Amino acid sequence: MKPVRFGFKTLWPWLAALVAVVIMHFVLTDRLDAYFFTILMYAGINAILASSLNLVSGFTGQFSMGHAGFMSVGGYFSAYITTVVLASHADLFADPVLAPLVFGGILVASGLVSAGMGYLVGLPSLRLKGDYLAIVTLGFGEIIRVVVLNVDTIGGARGMAGIPALSSFAWVYGTLVITLFVVWRLIHSQQGRAFLAVREDEIAAEAMGVNTTSAKVRAFATGAFFAGVAGALFAHYLRYLNPATFDFNRSFEVIIMVVLGGMGSLTGSVVAAIFLTILKELLRPLQELTRLDFRMVIYSVLLIVLMLNRPNGLFGTREVSDFFRKKRKGAAS
Amino acid sequence: MIEFIQHLVNGLSLGSIYALIALGYTMVFGILQLINFAHGDVYMLGAFIGMYTSRLLHLDQNPSFGALCIALLAAMIGCAVVGFLIERIAYRPLRKSPRINLLITAVGVSLFIEFSGQLLFGADPKFFPQIFQIHQEFSYGELKINPLQMMVLLISVILMVVLQTIIYKSRWGRAMRAASFSHDLASLMGIPTDRVISFTFMLGSALAGAAGVLVGLIYPKIEPLMGVMPGLKAFVAAVLGGIGNVTGAVVGALLLGLSETFLVGYGYPTFRDALAFALLILILLFRPNGLFGSKRTDKV
Repeated sequence: MKPVRFGFKTLWPWLAALVAVVIMHFVLTDRLDAYFFTILMYAGINAILASSLNLVSGFTGQFSMGHAGFMSVGGYFSAYITTVVLASHADLFADPVLAPLVFGGILVASGLVSAGMGYLVGLPSLRLKGDYLAIVTLGFGEIIRVVVLNVDTIGGARGMAGIPALSSFAWVYGTLVITLFVVWRLIHSQQGRAFLAVREDEIAAEAMGVNTTSAKVRAFATGAFFAGVAGALFAHYLRYLNPATFDFNRSFEVIIMVVLGGMGSLTGSVVAAIFLTILKELLRPLQELTRLDFRMVIYSVLLIVLMLNRPNGLFGTREVSDFFRKKRKGAAS
Repeated sequence: MIEFIQHLVNGLSLGSIYALIALGYTMVFGILQLINFAHGDVYMLGAFIGMYTSRLLHLDQNPSFGALCIALLAAMIGCAVVGFLIERIAYRPLRKSPRINLLITAVGVSLFIEFSGQLLFGADPKFFPQIFQIHQEFSYGELKINPLQMMVLLISVILMVVLQTIIYKSRWGRAMRAASFSHDLASLMGIPTDRVISFTFMLGSALAGAAGVLVGLIYPKIEPLMGVMPGLKAFVAAVLGGIGNVTGAVVGALLLGLSETFLVGYGYPTFRDALAFALLILILLFRPNGLFGSKRTDKV
């Protein structure tokens, strides 16, 4: 992977994307059919989850199965702030200037809480070589679920209702652009080189002076940060949280997005997230017809077949920008 | 004191079931360095094979030790075949791939078994038929011991002794130990590594199948997702004892079973499932090689 300099030349596509998101926001909101709009929002949230998990699994080579757990931490934390702590300040969210500032702050805070959890969970398991992270994150997801079930202030098993609707198209897709930008900058930085080195060969990376534990934990905490933000966005779009929303199947959905798109390709993660979100909706009628849950069987077979026959997924490690670059090179020669 | 002994017996029988599962984890990890996520689901299949065999042969009409043996054998053979197929179809083609691919495949296999199990058997819990009964209770004063639990303990111990003999006394066992030391060196010495790995999977899966039937005896409610939690806990037990170490797995599983039963018995039932993971994090922090494990150095 070639180094990418930080400057207008590399920055403008991202700025253009942000502008496009704002324009799309005003075009689509309240005009698109509510059902399609919901799918669009879920696709965006899933894309944030998938690209942040890709940083952990695809670029750093650590297998985490607890992304839904971090989503749950971010979701519940933000919902607790907006519905319980700020309950008497409901007018705050009506203010056109203050509301975005407050919500933005809450998003960052829930990401930070989630990242802190990621640090605590990641440190003991990532210190070691071997795949302990997979089991520990799986256990973490379970523990979070049990804790949420037993805490009554956030609804317990009833779930948490009445969360203000603060997520919008611009928030979700703006966050997606920022997530992609951060991950992309990160993997092209010195830090990111360490991540890639750990993925390729942990022992060699260590021999070259990379602090492997620290690199792994940093990648993992960053992934957890964005999972937390995605959870907060999700909570304020659906306006209802239930511990069962964030079960293991949710983590598994994100994993299959990353694997299908290609471990090490952000483009792949986004494409696969959109594809699988739509597929889920297409499978819904079949599921209601037969009253059987085929989805997980299809996903698991897909995962095994992908690993056996096309372990690189759809995109491997390629990105959209690579296709453009190749074309330009072809024109020059 | 009576209560204490009662918990002790419960804990030992629970622990022995964990031990049977943990043995499979630890053997597969020893030879492939792979966390075989599907192992807990093989245990679930064992319970279902046991149930369907008992129904088919009407074993519950005259419950006896023989009936139990038939169900056990059927489950062990069935699971050995499943274990063989899993390794052959899903894991063997990936022997040279990066470790993360193997791990993802293992998760895929596990979910495939769980959810196709839901389609096949139905998601609702099934009742495991009573194929073995002892009416007479062992009692000593106020102390009453469920004879089924003693039976479970006895059968597990027999199976573990058999396993120990296979691993340390037979040619196949020696081949397994050699292959877990180094695949390449073992094959240079003329050991058919692939076949030894298949054998390891079959052995581990057979034990998990036996555990499935035994758990059906004492907790007769079985369902397709029943393998998830015991599978994870057995893995924790294997890490506790030092993963790759056969004796360690048994000791770790018994410790885990006992501590879980005491936790539930003395008033903290909600934390039952969290205990195993808390233990896992503590071990990884303070003694990552487990109680009996030796430190492995990485060679380039």
